[in-house]
Amino acid sequence: MIKIPQHIIDGIIAQAKAELPNEACGLLTGLGDTVQKQYPLTNVDHSPEHFSFDPREQFQVLKSARAEGQKIIANYHSHPATPARPSEEDKRLAFDPNVSYLIVSLAAEQPVVKAFSLVDGDLIPNEILVV
Amino acid sequence: MSKIKVNDESQEVTFPLTVTGLIKLNNVLQPDMVSVQLNGEFLERQDFETTELKEGDEIDFLYFMGGGC
Repeated sequence: MIKIPQHIIDGIIAQAKAELPNEACGLLTGLGDTVQKQYPLTNVDHSPEHFSFDPREQFQVLKSARAEGQKIIANYHSHPATPARPSEEDKRLAFDPNVSYLIVSLAAEQPVVKAFSLVDGDLIPNEILVV
Repeated sequence: MSKIKVNDESQEVTFPLTVTGLIKLNNVLQPDMVSVQLNGEFLERQDFETTELKEGDEIDFLYFMGGGC
């Protein structure tokens, strides 16, 4: 389970909409399983079908998180026109079993946000508790 | 043994040790998909093999993040 404040979920959705038609992405930091801060990152692919983080931005987030006594506990990206489920590419490029993977889908009228965890090489559903 | 800091945690290592050697030492699952920062500076992948670590170095590993819909 990952606990996420409503305002951060709203922030992820707002970023996803703002970056249409491209995929949006970012990192979430916090303590334990509770998210405390959202860091929107640049999708260096600038694509509606792919995303990649800028590693330098990732390290900047790491530095900021440490300065605040937090850790990177999740990442997120958007699916502008497909459901909130991991694609084959998402699964192939998931390497970190210590963080949650969030996907926000804008395919339907109402955005959908789901979380997943990397277990034995597969991304399996992980409960989101809105706090 | 000498001390360095890996992902903000102290680790004892034996020199000489390159960044590539440290990645192997830490059993990183997908070493080709790891980005490295050494003492706050981003390290290019082509320099992993030749960069020698020294006492007190602070090194961070982060996995590449990407995907597609």
